[in-house]
Amino acid sequence: MEPWTPDWTKSPHSMGTTIMALQYDGGVILGADSRTSTGAYVANRASDKITCLTDYVYLCRSGSAADSQIISDYVRYFLNQHTIQLGRPATVKTAATLVRELSYQNKSFLEAGLIVGGWDKYDGGSIYAIPLGGTALKLPFATGGSGSSYLYGFLDQAWKEGMSKEEAEALVVKAVSLAMARDSGSGGVVRTVVINEQGVTRNFYAGDKLPLWHEEIPRQNSLLETFTEAEPMRT
Amino acid sequence: MAMFMQQQTDDSSFKKNMLFRGQQDQSSALPSVGFVPAKSPTTHTQYPYVTGSSVLGIKYKDGVLIAADCGGSYGSTLRYKSVERLKAVGKSTVIGASGEISDFQQIMRYLDELTLKDKMWDDGNTLGPKEVHNYLCRVMYNHRNKFDPLWNTLILGGVKNGVKYLGMVSMIGVHFEENHVASGFGNHLARPIFRDEWKEDLSLEEGILLLEKCFRVLLYRDRSAVNKLQVANITAEGITISKPYALRTEWEYKAFQNPTQGVEGSW
Repeated sequence: MEPWTPDWTKSPHSMGTTIMALQYDGGVILGADSRTSTGAYVANRASDKITCLTDYVYLCRSGSAADSQIISDYVRYFLNQHTIQLGRPATVKTAATLVRELSYQNKSFLEAGLIVGGWDKYDGGSIYAIPLGGTALKLPFATGGSGSSYLYGFLDQAWKEGMSKEEAEALVVKAVSLAMARDSGSGGVVRTVVINEQGVTRNFYAGDKLPLWHEEIPRQNSLLETFTEAEPMRT
Repeated sequence: MAMFMQQQTDDSSFKKNMLFRGQQDQSSALPSVGFVPAKSPTTHTQYPYVTGSSVLGIKYKDGVLIAADCGGSYGSTLRYKSVERLKAVGKSTVIGASGEISDFQQIMRYLDELTLKDKMWDDGNTLGPKEVHNYLCRVMYNHRNKFDPLWNTLILGGVKNGVKYLGMVSMIGVHFEENHVASGFGNHLARPIFRDEWKEDLSLEEGILLLEKCFRVLLYRDRSAVNKLQVANITAEGITISKPYALRTEWEYKAFQNPTQGVEGSW
């Protein structure tokens, strides 16, 4: 009989994940957590799930880490050639169509939930959700990954049309951090990517910069910090 | 297949073809080793991920009415609520799809190619609903025979040369024409109402009210229905697809207020 081994030694790398993209007046904000897990083990606690496809188009990856990485590698390669031949930056729609084509034609082999977001001069900021199966939907905002289950209600209430860049980024950070609070497949830091006509800005929100939610308490370095302050517990 | 593999010496274009041609050519993924490998029966039967719910269709005096909601469910989650499941094909046909949305998007690509080539013939003839239906029947049935179904039930309706047409094709290629059709739950909830209340020469108003009556029942009784629907009207004059709208529903029955009074624990 085989010696028992925990299933995380055999589970494929999967991104539990919370990913999100939001359109604002002038561009898009992409956001994601940073946890990659194999079963119960966190293989990478600082992953970057927002991957560059072109200068102005990025991809949020969820599902199988291998599948989403290989799709992004192929699409980056094709878009690179396409940009050279076209003589202009590729549109977000083109990038999304390539991602969709790979996802759809290989649907029985792949497990990748993807969100394409970016800026081009024809449509401004655009977001395309490409869930399992390869459906492509152009939306004002999109979520994905296991953590997204916890955001449907929140975003139904909190999303509104025509947000400013600051409002939109704040909403993305709030949403991803709420999902991280309840989804064991999501955690680590919140990474955001802002894409607009001016270019691309990467941001990083960790630890104290993230809000605390229900039953979460402020962090301290050690119990020892509290000895000088509060009274010890008595019966 | 072996001959094909020898031609593809350039790695990048070979890979590109492999990726985009999809499952059909799985056997050519095997390396050429001096003999032609036996083609194993490749089975691709998939399962649906993002699905659309019922579609309803009826003939009326001046043409055909088709209704569908804007929901794209992901399992039990009502994930997407602005999915357009009614699309025009050419000038005389509307197609409504339930089932896997990605397969419907692919079917639309096939149909766009079909209508483009039809237009390029420039022979004064255009594909009408009967022709589109027949094309889709063959596509769906052939996919089914290869165990690689397009996971949709399609409702087709249109008017050409004054003749009204309404039919449906399923993912296994079953197809027929009728005065009233439905897909999914609509078959169980709407068809009986149609059988009772449909008649020849319904006016536009009567037709819409009938569809809305059935759609309301679906809202009450189909868990994957979403209260945002579109209605397509096809007549000899052309096609109009309405903007998405929502229906009022009735909950103010006295019997709904305290249904378990005196029978605690009941439902």
